[in-house]
Amino acid sequence: MTSKLKAIPVSAWLGLTIVTLNLLVFLLGPMLAPYGMNEIVGAPFDPPSSQFWFGLDQNGRDMFSRLLAGAQMSIGVSLAASLISFSIGIPLGFVAALFGGWVDTVLSRIVDTVMCIPVLISALVVLQALGSSVPVLIFTIALLDSTRVFRLARVVAQGISVLEYAETARLRGESMGWLITREILPNALPPLIAEFGMRFCFTFLFVAGLSFLGLGIQPPFADWGGMVKDNQQAILYGLYAPLFPAAAIALLTIGVNLVVDWLLNAAGTTQGADR
Amino acid sequence: MIQLILKRVALGVLTLLLVSALIFAGTQLLPGDVASAILGQNATPQSLAALRQDLGLDLPAWQRYLGWLHGFVTGDLGMSLANRQPVADLLWPRFGNTMALAAYAAIVSVPIAVLLGLAAAVRRGGVFDRGINIVALAFVSLPEYFLGLLLILFLSVQFNLLPSLADTYAGMSFPDWLRATTLPALTLVLVTVAQMMRMTRTAVLSVMDQAYVETAFLKGLRTKRVVLRHALPNAAAPIVNVVAFNIAYLITGVVLVEAIFNYNGLGRFMVDAVAKRDLPLVQAAAMVFGAAYVILNSIADIAAIALNPRLRHPR
Repeated sequence: MTSKLKAIPVSAWLGLTIVTLNLLVFLLGPMLAPYGMNEIVGAPFDPPSSQFWFGLDQNGRDMFSRLLAGAQMSIGVSLAASLISFSIGIPLGFVAALFGGWVDTVLSRIVDTVMCIPVLISALVVLQALGSSVPVLIFTIALLDSTRVFRLARVVAQGISVLEYAETARLRGESMGWLITREILPNALPPLIAEFGMRFCFTFLFVAGLSFLGLGIQPPFADWGGMVKDNQQAILYGLYAPLFPAAAIALLTIGVNLVVDWLLNAAGTTQGADR
Repeated sequence: MIQLILKRVALGVLTLLLVSALIFAGTQLLPGDVASAILGQNATPQSLAALRQDLGLDLPAWQRYLGWLHGFVTGDLGMSLANRQPVADLLWPRFGNTMALAAYAAIVSVPIAVLLGLAAAVRRGGVFDRGINIVALAFVSLPEYFLGLLLILFLSVQFNLLPSLADTYAGMSFPDWLRATTLPALTLVLVTVAQMMRMTRTAVLSVMDQAYVETAFLKGLRTKRVVLRHALPNAAAPIVNVVAFNIAYLITGVVLVEAIFNYNGLGRFMVDAVAKRDLPLVQAAAMVFGAAYVILNSIADIAAIALNPRLRHPR
């Protein structure tokens, strides 16, 4: 076990540390925050001090407390969207691969068409029709993102289903459920876990981006993308206020990417994370 | 080869049709309809019915879709709900602005990224390769607004070299336009160069691993000759796809960048329309973005067919 731990490169350790810290903030954030997320504690844009580590925002609220509290929305929404997208994409992908025929054709054509439109544009169309709320955000992003998961799950399952042990199980007369849960899923896990990291990065940046555009998570909830937008003007006066939430977004993305890179290298592929 | 290209063009047209149907379906998700959205609180059953007939909302969805599609093809994009102006007049100038910014970024980033990717692939595992990979991974992870804000802080606030707002207007002189748009273009360049360089490196490496490249090395040829004459022709098609993928990314990445620098492009226009829930504007902007994306990908595939030596010289 220790030799295995030593084999983990420094970059992966760095990534794992960043991800763990962010998860802790996600789980405990509001409890750790010294002030309330909508509590006005001073004048707008007061610079960082020993009392307010990251200074105050455009309404005189403590930036540090809002960052801690905002993790709940920023990370929570994207985590929920990624989980839902995987629970849609993986079963459909496996079913398409194992059944083949018209099931595969229909599902693949639908996915291909959805993927022809840039994700941001599709999301904007849906948000125009339904308005922006947390459930709409989560389900829109999950559905759009599940097309990518579907494609990967389908390819991976196709690769596994022709291998000897899957063939043997089929000849033994095992049911489709057994094939999927006992033969395909365990062997498809490594690439799917790496993909989960990538998809999470994508949805996280996507939610933050929508909030930055004012179309994502709405006040009174704090979230990192919205904080960048609200404090954006301060940069023109040489103040760092919007850089703190932007850096928090960047840091988590880099952390997840470092872990994903390590997982992919361990799996022997050279593909990097894509947007 | 001509046959393959014609097939690809036909596929592109079919895709455009499917994309338009999907966008139209997406805008129909709204509970209630446009007429009640326009009239809001003042709606009476009579005025609603009159407006519905006026807008053609009493027709079934497929007839409205065909009408919309016909209008789109003939250049009539409908009327904006917010200010009752023709969508086409509002949309096309902004689309021009967006394409100009994307073109500016692409002209700078494509050569840099392809050269860096080639250089990294040739020196695989070396200091240069590892160094540039770490830098690229960092840049791929950085959101556009983080880079954009840093650029504003250093280049426009602290050193006052470039304007922080990308203010452009019709009839602007070219040097002025360049000055106004350099910061947003630079932001796009930084994000896409990293992505494109990583993908180019992967594409070249997969060619360099093939037996015929090893043979060329074993014959004693110089590295430069092997890379440029043996590996590159076969790597050209995947590189074209990488470039197209990133130019397509530019078209949507531009949405965030336009918001940072307050640039008067189609992205910001569409975001404003979504905030105002102006259906005809959103529909038209989505279709223009979608079409640009599909057309670019088709061009890339056709270029890849044309660049494939096996297809160019059929036996």
